[in-house]
Formats: sequence, structure tokens, C-alpha cells
Amino acid sequence: MTYTFELVLVVLVLVTAAGAIIVKDLISAVFILGAYSFFLALVWAWLGAVDLAFVEAVVGAGLSTVFLLLALSQVRHQDIAIKHTPPPLVAFMALAPVGLLLLYAAADLPAFGAEGTPASLHIAPFYVENTLADTRTPNVVTSIIMDYRGFDTLIETCVIFAAGVACAAVLRKS
Amino acid sequence: MINPHDSVIVQTVSRQLIPMVQVYSVYIVFFGQYSPGGGFAAGVILGAGLILTLLVFGVDRPEGRALRSILHGDGLGLLIFAGVGGLCLIGGGQFLNYSTLQLPGVDESARRSLGIVLTQIGVGIDCAVTALSIVFSLASITHDPDPHA
Repeated sequence: MTYTFELVLVVLVLVTAAGAIIVKDLISAVFILGAYSFFLALVWAWLGAVDLAFVEAVVGAGLSTVFLLLALSQVRHQDIAIKHTPPPLVAFMALAPVGLLLLYAAADLPAFGAEGTPASLHIAPFYVENTLADTRTPNVVTSIIMDYRGFDTLIETCVIFAAGVACAAVLRKS
Repeated sequence: MINPHDSVIVQTVSRQLIPMVQVYSVYIVFFGQYSPGGGFAAGVILGAGLILTLLVFGVDRPEGRALRSILHGDGLGLLIFAGVGGLCLIGGGQFLNYSTLQLPGVDESARRSLGIVLTQIGVGIDCAVTALSIVFSLASITHDPDPHA
């Protein structure tokens, strides 16, 4: 099993994530963040979470970029430049140990998609087995978020609605 | 304030592109039960098409005025979603339990399937109108320091 494609993807995600922080101009940072979202969507698709990849590509790379650019177009020009302050030395010192600690902890995680792990034993098999008979919906994700977990989605929709109303209340004059 | 885009190329291409985007969003909402997609993605795609219309044709042209009237539909999607839940309640069941939707001649799993479609339409409308509404709000900030932006 070769990891060439995945390796390129991970490098691109890391480079765009670092670029969005390092770059000196907010508008450039917004564009690089959009590219980062797109590569992250490819990572989701690679991991098999295609619904999530879809939403990440549409919302992260598309809509939020438009929102941020529109917001930046209303800001004065000198406010767009980022003034970087060098991070404290302690942060650099702590970076390598914390990273090593996380890698050490990651060695104990189960392999991706392994059988017998709590994530694939608890409630997921019920959904996979009963979705088609219960709801005639082959896409398990859709039947979960819309039927089995309909309340969550209703409240999420309320949150989106509240965001739109709040923006209108704060920003709109007429 | 959003002014119409000058370029004829952009306007012509958008005239061809925007209907396709809208049709694609309808495909996503109805095919979300069989493939990736669903209400959120479809709503955002539809909203992106509407935002593209707004950015290309501006606020004051007929297209922009039509978009402004869409804003009155804010909350309609939420009403559809909660309304389907309420219909289940009227049918004698629990809130958002689609198996008690009062539909003659349809068995339980088909009712659930239909409930999922209806609520996805609600989520889609809510997302699309909210995206457009936020863009209108951001664009209506009066103080505009850079006229070329």
C-alpha cells in the first residue's frame, strides 16, 4: 500500500494552514484559507466522510470566503495588513515536546476503520442495518441527521436562522 | 453597496451558469437520500448562485430587486421544518417522528422517506435565504472607504 497521493494531500493541508497564518495581508490569508478548506475536503473524502467533504467544500471554500472578502472590503486599507509579533520563546520550546507527546499517544489509537473498536460497536451497526428498512433512505448519513437525529438538525437550522437575523439586526440600516 | 460588474464576459457567462447552479442545488436536495449531499449543501449551493447573481448584476437592477424580495422568505425554511414536525404531532405521534404523518395509502417507511425530503427542503431554503441575507447585511454598511473594492 502506497501513500503517495495522501502524502501530497497532507503536505498541501499543512502548507496552506501555515501560509494562512504567516502571510502579511488579510485578503491573501482569506484566499489561502479557502484553499486550505478545499484540501481539507479532499482529506474528508479520502477518509470516507463524503457528506462532510461536500459541506466542507461548499461552506468552507465557497461561502465563508465570500463572507470574509465582503467583510474585508468594508474595512480601511491599513487595517487589512497584519502586524506579526514574534511568538514567545516558551512556545517554541514547548512545541516539540507536545508534538512528540501527541505522536506517542496516537500510537495507542486503533487503526483506521478497525473492527471491535467502541466507535464501531456501540450504535453505528444499528443505523447501518436498519436505515433502509426504516426510512427507505440508502444514504445512512442523511437518515441519521434528518430522522434519527432530527431534533439536532432542527436546532442547527434555528442557529443558522438566528445568525442571519443577528447580522441583519446589527449591520442593516434600512 | 454592490455595483453591477462591468465586464460583458462575466455577465454572459453568469447568465448561463446561474441556472445550472440552481438546478444542481435542486438535484442535491432531492438526491441527498441516495448520494452525498442533503439540505445544508443544497441550500448553500443555491445561496451561492443567488450571491453570484447579486455580485454580477448589482442591487439596483431588476435581478437585484427580485433578490431583495427573496429576503422576505427568511424563516420560511424553518417554518417548513418545524411544520413537518408539527404535522407529526397532529397525526398523534411525537414531534418530528415522521411515521405518524397523515398520508393516506403510504406505509410507514415511505412516510419517513417523505418526511426526510420535506425537512431537507426546509433546511435548504433556510440556508439559501440566510446566506443571501448575510451578504445583503454585509453590503449595506454605508461607510465605504475603497470605491474600487
